[in-house]
Amino acid sequence: MTAVARRRNLLRLDPALVRRARRLASQAAEPVVELARTHTTSSVERSVLRLAGLTGADAEGIPWVNRLVDAVRADVGLEHGVAVPVFDALLTGDHVDVSTLAQKAAAGGVHFRVPTGRPADRARRAAKRAVGAGITRIDRNRQTRERMIRRLGDPPKPWIYLIVATGDIHEDIPQAQAAARAGADVIAVIRSTGQSLLDYVPEGATREGFAGTYATQENFRLMRAALDEVSGELGRYVRLTNYASGLCMPEIATLAGLERLDMMLNDCMYGIIFRDINPQRTFIDQRFSRQIHARAGIVINTGEDNYLTTADAVDAAHTVVVSQLLNERFGLEAGLTDAQLGLGHAFEINPAVPQQFRLELAHALLVRELFPEAPLKYMPPTKHMTGNVFFGYLLDAFFNLAGILTDQEILLVGMMTEGIVTPFLSDRDLALENVRYVRDACSGLTQDFVPARDGLVVRRAHEVLAESVDLLEKVAADGLFEAIARGTFGVTRRPADGGRGLDGVAARAEDYYNPATEILEAVAR
Amino acid sequence: MTVTPVTATSMTESQRRHVRAYGDTTGDGMVQLSFTLPVAPGPRAEAAAALFARKMGLDPALVVHAKGIGESFTFFVVYGRSGVVLDLDEVRVEEREYPLLPPKEINLEIRSRLQRRLVVVGATVGTDAHTVGLDAICNVKGFAGEKGLESYREIRVVNLGAQVDADELVRRALAESADAILVSQVVTQRDAHLVHVREVADALDRGWPRERKRPLLVVGGPRFDPASAAELGADRVFGKGTTPRDVASYLVSALGEGAA
Repeated sequence: MTAVARRRNLLRLDPALVRRARRLASQAAEPVVELARTHTTSSVERSVLRLAGLTGADAEGIPWVNRLVDAVRADVGLEHGVAVPVFDALLTGDHVDVSTLAQKAAAGGVHFRVPTGRPADRARRAAKRAVGAGITRIDRNRQTRERMIRRLGDPPKPWIYLIVATGDIHEDIPQAQAAARAGADVIAVIRSTGQSLLDYVPEGATREGFAGTYATQENFRLMRAALDEVSGELGRYVRLTNYASGLCMPEIATLAGLERLDMMLNDCMYGIIFRDINPQRTFIDQRFSRQIHARAGIVINTGEDNYLTTADAVDAAHTVVVSQLLNERFGLEAGLTDAQLGLGHAFEINPAVPQQFRLELAHALLVRELFPEAPLKYMPPTKHMTGNVFFGYLLDAFFNLAGILTDQEILLVGMMTEGIVTPFLSDRDLALENVRYVRDACSGLTQDFVPARDGLVVRRAHEVLAESVDLLEKVAADGLFEAIARGTFGVTRRPADGGRGLDGVAARAEDYYNPATEILEAVAR
Repeated sequence: MTVTPVTATSMTESQRRHVRAYGDTTGDGMVQLSFTLPVAPGPRAEAAAALFARKMGLDPALVVHAKGIGESFTFFVVYGRSGVVLDLDEVRVEEREYPLLPPKEINLEIRSRLQRRLVVVGATVGTDAHTVGLDAICNVKGFAGEKGLESYREIRVVNLGAQVDADELVRRALAESADAILVSQVVTQRDAHLVHVREVADALDRGWPRERKRPLLVVGGPRFDPASAAELGADRVFGKGTTPRDVASYLVSALGEGAA
């Protein structure tokens, strides 16, 4: 029924204009994709080693993948990829496995080379075998998820998405289970402040974080196991979300695949704009991370809602659409399907603006009709939550109504405590009651909702689409890097050679070899 | 009717000074309260809530809503009368030396006072590699629901990141014509945070040309005492819980002083 509702074409968007928007997005994305195809990063290379089974960290907590990539880089650079030098050293030296090699390399006891001819072929084959085992584990996880969904059942849309974040994984677990029992379909464990700027992924179960819990492989494993337990009890598959963003985006995506996470925040520009991570680094990392997500059957969530927290939600509405079209293009290019594109947007128009709700409906419906197959993620108000919890509760109800009326698929639960305190148990319960009421009371209302042909909702949607096409023209003509440097998105200027992480970028040499990319692209093409 | 309504004009001085919470009648003392107890829902939970409210000083206390959250918690809404009589003369307001402005006004003030963007150069100095605080203040993402300094149209932020040498920081500040230098310090072993701030102050003394207007040295971190500015050679010290708007508001106000 929902698919039919989506194809109702309530806004009568001009299909030629929509095609043109997509063509421009693809044109704007192409040079960036080309950059990503011809470059690698330290984090992409570390992901290769993670897929090959290298885990653990040294006494200082620095992961062995970091130590090994650094050692290879010091000897032969990153431009050949680390797979061949590492597996060549493994085959020619007397190391038991990659772990012992990493330990010796960190102590300075290994010299890496870039072999040619038969030794190179041998190293490539060995690397591909090891990395293939990691990819197989990702494939098995995907099958397990599909099997569990078949057995347990999938909750009806919209999925109710709830955040937990105590900093301590062992506190997060009972909270997440309680949230699932109270009706949450998707649990997101928000990360510790500052993790996005760490150039390594912490190891092990963690019990302290700043306003969030560190994303680690062990934390992922523990939380997924806890949600499997509660899924069985509730008879519906409860999904787990984390953040593949920041300097370790590709590695966190890899760990998510290895530990069967179901959704990942993964935006093409968020790190650039909001975290001042180098644009080139971000786009290269992003492509690899999305190739992994594609393979793992993970639904990505993009972060367009964030633009509206810095820019005005009416003035900047078209930047959201432009970013969604870019995210869609980059996603499809990396092998994601439409059903894996949880494009984001938000209910952030100032409630004091006249006809605010009609404008919100226009924006939400535009996104719905532009991306009919995407599991859209709709974010509740944050910017205009003032501390008046009573008004906040009302505003959240209107947000829920807009979400239900326009058939959004992933509904983040708005908290009346937004921006004040971390929600109390009761705040969360009230918020879920709000969503449940609106969902049940308005069930089927989409059938009755037909905006007037020349009403404000339709006119506004057309206006935003036209502005989006204009902006895309400019972005496609000037280049995406230039647009980002000019402050087109989120009102923040980010030059292509600024920000963090550029030192981890390397142009691929002719003999560059990455077994993971080879395996992932063999299917995609 | 013989009841005369109590209006502002007919209030005595004492009535104005001594106040109770206001429900719908002057002096009724009525308040509304919601809370959760770790008690299974049921008559016992409701009685517990009433007792809890009475112990908070509400008498009578009316438990108007009780709802179980899971098996072991109950949420309550209570209306009740508080006996508290407040003497408004006892109210003390903590004064900050600068007014806290909304971002829009901060931008306007900068534009009208400087006719250019305000330049801020930030870093953690010395051995400290923790940029959590610096990024919370500087990055767009911000902190505690507030956007960082980068989100202010009229502020240009040069975030140098971690472990910047004090002399290098001053050199960069000079090159960028900084109006302010932000130094963030988290690590406090052997008072490293204090040592590093003094190093920056010394570097400024040494490296900043006399003919150029000296930038404000603004220091922040969870273990700093806001009263220690003079002792550290800084213009302002911010402690735990500082938000980007605090810093931006201070900068605007301090700029005004300089111009006056």
